Amino acid sequence: MRIVIASGKGGAGKTTVTACLAGQWERDLLLVDADVEAPNLHLLLHPSLAEPEPVYLEVPELVEEKCTGCGACRPMCSYGAIAMMGAKPMYFQDMCHGCSGCFEVCPEQALRVAQRELGALLLGSVSAGGKTMPFLMGRTRVGEAMTPPLLRAQERKLAELLAGHPSDVLMDAPPGVSCPAMTAARGADAVLLVAEPTPFGFYDFKLAHAAFAQLGRPVAVVMNRVGMEGNADCENELRAWCAGAKLPILAELPFQREAAHAYAHGLPPTEAQGATGQEWRQRIAELASRLREFAKGANNA
Amino acid sequence: MREIVVISGKGGTGKTTVCAAFAALAHAQGQKAVLCDLDVDVPDMHILLDPQVQQEEVFISGNTARINPDLCTACGRCAELCRFDAVRLEDGVYTIDELGCEGCGVCHKLCPVHAVEFPERRCGVWYVSDTRFGPFVHAQLDPGQENSGRLVALLKRQARDKATQMGADLVLCDGSPGVGCPVISSLSGAALAVAVVEPTPSGRHDFARVAELCAHFRIPVAVLINKADLNAEEAARIHAVAAEGGHHVVGELPFSPLVTQAMVRRQALTEEISILTQPLAETLAAAWERVCALAAQPGRQGGINHL
Repeated sequence: MRIVIASGKGGAGKTTVTACLAGQWERDLLLVDADVEAPNLHLLLHPSLAEPEPVYLEVPELVEEKCTGCGACRPMCSYGAIAMMGAKPMYFQDMCHGCSGCFEVCPEQALRVAQRELGALLLGSVSAGGKTMPFLMGRTRVGEAMTPPLLRAQERKLAELLAGHPSDVLMDAPPGVSCPAMTAARGADAVLLVAEPTPFGFYDFKLAHAAFAQLGRPVAVVMNRVGMEGNADCENELRAWCAGAKLPILAELPFQREAAHAYAHGLPPTEAQGATGQEWRQRIAELASRLREFAKGANNA
Repeated sequence: MREIVVISGKGGTGKTTVCAAFAALAHAQGQKAVLCDLDVDVPDMHILLDPQVQQEEVFISGNTARINPDLCTACGRCAELCRFDAVRLEDGVYTIDELGCEGCGVCHKLCPVHAVEFPERRCGVWYVSDTRFGPFVHAQLDPGQENSGRLVALLKRQARDKATQMGADLVLCDGSPGVGCPVISSLSGAALAVAVVEPTPSGRHDFARVAELCAHFRIPVAVLINKADLNAEEAARIHAVAAEGGHHVVGELPFSPLVTQAMVRRQALTEEISILTQPLAETLAAAWERVCALAAQPGRQGGINHL
């Protein structure tokens, strides 16, 4: 069972919810941080990580002496990464998406494979809720514009890991509703949307729902930061909207300075001192069991 | 013309709140400015600005492959060629997963029986609007679409044109989280980036990455610490990271429910100031003054080509 935790709006609480669930899951679990531009799950869970494994994209490089300047490669490129400079083509490797079209059509095999570093994958293990579980995260190279190819490499690594040791997967997704978030969510059995019931959060939540509904996967909701002073109307509006869209709200997590304080000190709120930690552990344990039931039920339906 | 872009690295640190507060201040001080929301997949600034749309245009970018079942002979060449795992085979029938299709067109161009169509892709809508703080250029990417970097570049061109037309000397942009394509596109040509950072391990980690990105493109960074009282030690570390990178900290805002309350009223924190909101509004006004001074320094022009 793979559950992707997504949100639309950044900072809604995806990472917090993922980290909290990790400690209360009660089944074999593998954790993945797919927010590769701004990965944060490791900052709450403190895994031990092996050396980063660099990930590359295969891009073209010209073999001058073989190229006859026929120009067959140029119209193959949909990204403006190939230009004819005089008699020979020029390859702008930063703009290449790695489709390999130019390699396919070159009649002289005048291209060799070069590599552009996309970022790295980091593998490790983490202790949560008294258990040790594998942890996988991606991290883009700063300056690299494209996120989806690294996410696809992460997906291949995840498949390898699961082939050796099947388990449930919780995946912390990137924010937004465009290609990075959609690429991460493609393999989900269910999507858990973390909704912040503020005017910004509600608007972005509706966009996220519209985006993830296209995947045809079951979507459930967890409301985060419920009980902000002066925000009751917006909370009710969100609940009513979810009821209308037949989206189950599996839990409501409270807005608490103590929870924000724990996060600010590198701890999931389930690990906060005293009553706050206790309250969060209880709510998250309930969320975990409802979420498993939901994902199971929805996929059997 | 100076372009200021509000960024953060981590999402949800308060970019839009800060950007709207700056927009209200610029307007109150009589600065001619064009506002722009570059967070095109989950834009929020319009919620505070209540835009009156003057111009609306469909944004078309790139193409998506589609297999014509009447022509397809199920030879499987497209699946062999696709580097994006976007060709599906079910019951002997090949189809394209549109959400996985990268629009490279290799299957379209190399299908031996020309069975792959390649229609243009509608990615969203963009707008030029009037607001109480001045003209506003914004967009809405269709949920699940790609190419937000290209849409960002288009919005920036529109905002610059508008600014030239009306003789405005400032373009103030709300950016998006992360360090990828849309952020790189947002930073192109900016005089100054304003990073809104929260004092948490995640906030600091992601700020360090986006500051590195700005350094890479030689764009100076002003830092505004939001929710500064959540963790004083982390706030001190952000000061240290900023000092090390030569970035100026232009202010610190507290963790306050007033921020959400202003959002619920659809107002910037720096308009219709009450006794309660006055300290926040004063901090923001002082920060804005520093931001303007930093952006006005000579030689502050980033240089990135549009993606």
